[in-house]
Amino acid sequence: MAKTESTLKNMILSLTFISLGASACLAFVYELTKGPIELSVLNKKIEAIKQVVPEFNNNPDGEMFRLPTGDGDSLDIYPAKLNGEVTGYAVNTYTKSGFSGYIGLMAGFKPDGSIINIMVLSQKETPGLGTKMADPGFKDQFNGKNPSDFKLKVKKDGGQVDAITAATISSRAFCDAIERAYNTLQKGGIK
Amino acid sequence: MNQLQNFTKGFFRENPILVLVLGTCPTLATTSSALNGMGMGIATTFVLIGSNVVIALLAGLIPEKVRIPAFIVVIASFVTIVDLVMQAFVPTLYEALGIFIPLIVVNCIILGRAEAYASRNGVWSSFVDGAGMGLGFTMALGILGAFREIAGSGSIFGYKFIKGDGILVFILAPGAFMALGYLIALINRLRRT
Repeated sequence: MAKTESTLKNMILSLTFISLGASACLAFVYELTKGPIELSVLNKKIEAIKQVVPEFNNNPDGEMFRLPTGDGDSLDIYPAKLNGEVTGYAVNTYTKSGFSGYIGLMAGFKPDGSIINIMVLSQKETPGLGTKMADPGFKDQFNGKNPSDFKLKVKKDGGQVDAITAATISSRAFCDAIERAYNTLQKGGIK
Repeated sequence: MNQLQNFTKGFFRENPILVLVLGTCPTLATTSSALNGMGMGIATTFVLIGSNVVIALLAGLIPEKVRIPAFIVVIASFVTIVDLVMQAFVPTLYEALGIFIPLIVVNCIILGRAEAYASRNGVWSSFVDGAGMGLGFTMALGILGAFREIAGSGSIFGYKFIKGDGILVFILAPGAFMALGYLIALINRLRRT
């Protein structure tokens, strides 16, 4: 096969041609997948909200509002309402003190502040150790507890939370994220 | 060499992982379960076939001195397509593989095949080469993932058959090295006989 000679003009022309073709293809695929990607992200969020709050018949995503955490950030709050009355709040909370950094949680609170259920949205903890935070054995101990009389600290730190064996840091981070959600709700004047 | 041999060489004689030992980074990182390993393998196969075909088509057009940047643009485009499509249609797998999808761009199997094979052979041969190499890669990742999943979490394709935990080390990075090492040793032993 005859190769195109490596003159400056040829090099510029061929690279321009290839880049143009590539960007046209990518623009096409981007347009094609944009809808499904947004839909799958939204579905995941709605699915998590459904898991952590009682029955609702409003659109929590549409009524989402933000509350400041007090340290310069804010959290997304999704109110769940049944016939106009608030039955719970799903809080998209996070912590950066996980064993591998960021952990995202969806925590559901009753209007009186007690925890309904918690879902892990994203985490990068050690497989088999920290990842157990998503197992019912660990996360369900929070269900039904009210942080006003349930100390959100692992037992080693003088709290009431049973830490995951060999994953104290992940357990601490989990508590930190829940506490952030609870404090934010309280400070926001939602009782 | 006929096309059948060209296709099957990727599975055993020139398997990219087990014989050429190329692309070990995604191999070690994504084989924590059989499904993740195979998902990674299939994504790589798609990129490999696409880039091989396009590069074989463009080979006459690309001047020698800028061939590497040209190949990388083609490969990166296919990887972005895979990235977007996976994000749209298999979000759980996309999340499990994470950063390793965009990193297919720098997987040396793909650039290696483009440079060593596709730029010197016809479109059809390059397609067969890409499919063979890609599926060989998928097979190696599937075996490694299955082994690590069985040993490490006592399950296969997410179906749990042992209660409780397995041998945790096989899920973690050191277990990946051990499993890959023994698998390569086994293949070497088989090849010698």
